Amino acid sequence: MRMIDIVRRCGVFAVIVLLAASLNFFLPKLSGQDPVRTKLLQQAALGGYVHQGIDDMVKLYEKRFGLDRPLWEQYFNYLGDVARLDFNYSIANYPRTVAEMITEAIPWTIGLLSMTTLLSFVIGTLLGALLAWPRAPRWMAWLMPPLWALHAIPFFLLGLILMYLLAFQVPLLPIFGGYSVGVQPALSLAFVLDVVRHATLPALSIILVSIGGWALGMRGMMVTTMGEDYVVFAEGKGLRSLTIFLRYCLRNAILPQITALALALGQILSGAVLVEVIFGYPGIGTLLFQAIRENDHFLIQGIVFTVIVALGLATLILDLVYPLLDPRITYQRS
Amino acid sequence: MRGLIRYFRRNLSLLVGSSLLLLLVVFVVTGHFVVDVEDARALSVRPLQPPSWRYPFGTDRQGRDLLAVMVAGTPLTLRIGFIAGILGVAIGTVLAFAAAYYRGWADTIIRGIADIGLTVPGLLVLIIIAVGIRGGLSVNQMALVVASLAWLNPTRTIRAQVLSLRERGYVEIARMSGMSGPAIIFFELMPNLLPYLAATLVNAVSSAILASIGLEVLGLGPIDAPTLGMTLYWVNFNAAMINGWWWWWLAPTVIIVLVFLGLFFVTVGLDEYANPRLRKSA
Amino acid sequence: MSAVLSVEGLRVQFDHPLGAVHAVDDVSFTLDANERLGLAGESGSGKSTMALAILRMIRPPGRITGGRVTLDGTELSALDHEAMRRLRLAGIAMVPQGSMNSLNPVMRIRDQLADAFRDHGVALSAPELHARVAELLRTVGLRPDVADLYPHELSGGMKQRACIAIAICLRPKVIIADEPTSALDVVVQRQVMETLARVQRDLGCAIILVGHDMGLMAQFVDRLGVMYAGRLVEVAPIAEIITTPRHPYTQALISSLPSLAARGTMQGIPGLAPLLRDLPSGCAFHPRCPRAEDRCRSEKPAVRTLAPSHQAACHFA
Ligand SMILES: Nc1ncnc2c1ncn2[C@@H]1O[C@H](COP(=O)(O)OP(=O)(O)OP(=O)(O)O)[C@@H](O)[C@H]1O
Ligand code: SF4
Ligand SMILES: [Mg+2]
Repeated sequence: MRMIDIVRRCGVFAVIVLLAASLNFFLPKLSGQDPVRTKLLQQAALGGYVHQGIDDMVKLYEKRFGLDRPLWEQYFNYLGDVARLDFNYSIANYPRTVAEMITEAIPWTIGLLSMTTLLSFVIGTLLGALLAWPRAPRWMAWLMPPLWALHAIPFFLLGLILMYLLAFQVPLLPIFGGYSVGVQPALSLAFVLDVVRHATLPALSIILVSIGGWALGMRGMMVTTMGEDYVVFAEGKGLRSLTIFLRYCLRNAILPQITALALALGQILSGAVLVEVIFGYPGIGTLLFQAIRENDHFLIQGIVFTVIVALGLATLILDLVYPLLDPRITYQRS
Repeated sequence: MRGLIRYFRRNLSLLVGSSLLLLLVVFVVTGHFVVDVEDARALSVRPLQPPSWRYPFGTDRQGRDLLAVMVAGTPLTLRIGFIAGILGVAIGTVLAFAAAYYRGWADTIIRGIADIGLTVPGLLVLIIIAVGIRGGLSVNQMALVVASLAWLNPTRTIRAQVLSLRERGYVEIARMSGMSGPAIIFFELMPNLLPYLAATLVNAVSSAILASIGLEVLGLGPIDAPTLGMTLYWVNFNAAMINGWWWWWLAPTVIIVLVFLGLFFVTVGLDEYANPRLRKSA
Repeated sequence: MSAVLSVEGLRVQFDHPLGAVHAVDDVSFTLDANERLGLAGESGSGKSTMALAILRMIRPPGRITGGRVTLDGTELSALDHEAMRRLRLAGIAMVPQGSMNSLNPVMRIRDQLADAFRDHGVALSAPELHARVAELLRTVGLRPDVADLYPHELSGGMKQRACIAIAICLRPKVIIADEPTSALDVVVQRQVMETLARVQRDLGCAIILVGHDMGLMAQFVDRLGVMYAGRLVEVAPIAEIITTPRHPYTQALISSLPSLAARGTMQGIPGLAPLLRDLPSGCAFHPRCPRAEDRCRSEKPAVRTLAPSHQAACHFA
């Protein structure tokens, strides 16, 4: 890939970061009043032992984002904070900072999402490829209708159903949380197993829904690819059907799937937020849910910014990796 | 009519999808005769009754008759989806045509915005919007909030379609025969594009419903409206699952599943109609 | 001379809800070792379909409904799947139509040659492979370092040469080249044809050249077959068919060429090519034939031998 393409893609990423920060800053102001100030003042009025700290926060906020300040100055103040990854204190959990709370929750989400996305992408893509292949076993065709039907359902709804069946009716798996109550997080086998058990149902809800989508897309691409001249020629070359399947059909048909993956990350994440909420899984989604309940604007803004940037980064990485798989993009004739 | 029936027999997805949606319509319409929709408000009936002859779907903790909630809420949820979906596709169509027709700068900008917008997880942006204007969102406002992002995907897909129709030369012929810009778009491309637009619309409605339910489950929906998503919010809020009040979540779950299945199969069917070449591979 | 390839009564049918299409209808011919046979005919007359049918590569909805193809005494329809696969490329190789899109876009040329060797059981060490690939590329007039390039880095003519290199890599007895130069400009066309002619000579194989360009055919082939609506309507040595064509369709074809030296591409003759799904009765050519009579409308003309090596399917040839 040429330098200029890399620079352009990084530029897109920078735009996404700026966009995320600006959304956070401007959207709450659309309603005419400043909901952050309102909430802060409410919280300050409550009093309590954290009173002094909240009062300081209000003062600082008024100084930097006060109504007497011009909008652009407030905006640049905000951008400055974001650039330093300073998302302020959590309003509802005062002495704790937003950055701290996000740092605690984000590994859970990254773990759950990367595993489920990878698994469903790989399984679904392979399945779709096989479904299009004339020599695949016939019973595979029967897998498709249920997978399609599952694909149409939101993640969290399947989560509810699985929760009822596998955690409530037949208590095979834990119903709630990221690890058992009372267990201290530690790097022991027992703890890891506990975490895996807790993550199984949330992961299953995401995987079972996603597989159908990848399979559907891949099957369509495979059918198109199998009609290409180079596949006909490969057959004319007397190649083994496994070679044709893997190196001619699948290898080419997977390229659009990867583009689709980059585009789907946002949707997957949106769905996963709700899965976390339903299962009380201690990731970003549940944290966001709490923040919304407590009207903790700083926390909400911090999460939204972090997640948008993280996804932008994931997309950037996929974009940069893609040319390694498609030589037509790597090479530019001079 | 005969032709329609014959077509349905060939396009099974469309048949299944439309039947499911029809089933929901029948449920809502007959429901209005069977049950008093006022019972969808809190404190109308005895709380936490499991399904019985009197309350076929049971009642919730705040004293709503869940059958009444479903009868009243299903159309509300569909309304949010359709308002947002139609707005999204309308905006998307205009932008896509502008991009594909004028090309150059207009195209670069519109495409750039749509591509970047799609990288951003929609639910989070909607959350920021909803939090900002929090406090008594009405169902229609909810639809507008969802519509604010519902145009991104239609813009992208319709633009691609318009470009590919252009490639296939529909426009060239029209241009040679002396039609002006907007006329070319309308008369030459629209008829070929209609099936795609229909598929895109159904898809957009489905995404909009998904987004609205997401916001509602997070507690950002119209608090006193009995929509399907709000019902699930209360389910989660009251920990109905752990408490064993299975009927509370069963009804909205089944109906939402039917809505999404119906819309999904209609989309697949319309895709097949728009692109009969796919049929052979099925 | 003995026939290396013989085709007898080959038929291919495409099943379709609106009626079956007989894309190849009872075609017979033989090909001698070292011979160059041309196949001409307007678009849709079944040339490519026949080439694929010889290799047993017709895909659904198409199927081979009859005929025998014999290569060097081996009848191909008797071979099992695996034996047929091994015979492709090693026994009969094809150079695909157009070739602009015939190479796998994500594999280097070397790898596309290597997998042919590997899947045909030719075990080569890395240096051996390197040498073989370099030699093959040189044979078709390409620099050896082309092996490390991807298809999109090659020009049209280079791609076509790469395809020829693949086709000859196992020294086949027969090469079927389907319009190998149709997408190329005239100068490159000539170069590619010369390359093809040279490798054919060096290898001592027979070749079937499918094409539209009668001028090219006249220079390149020994014998020419003409297809119309799925049937082989005339076969004769090239000089003979050009000077004294016997079938009215061939006659129209030849006379529509401005002059062979001017290299006219077959421009077509009056009337529309027939719809295969709905063929005219009797002789399929009768609606366009200047010599058609009642008999032509009712009776399908059989292939008759007019001279020792000249056959035609016309009642009045
Ligand atoms: N997949 C298919 N399905 C249905 N009919 C087909 C299919 N492939 C080929 N045919 C039929 O077979 C006929 C012969 O096609 P073929 O490609 O062999 O012609 P051709 O002589 O090679 O033409 P060209 O010069 O354009 O390459 C066509 O007219 C078409 O009706
Ligand atoms: S058989 Fe009759 S119609 Fe057919 S080519 Fe001969 S003269 Fe013409
Ligand atoms: Mg052909």
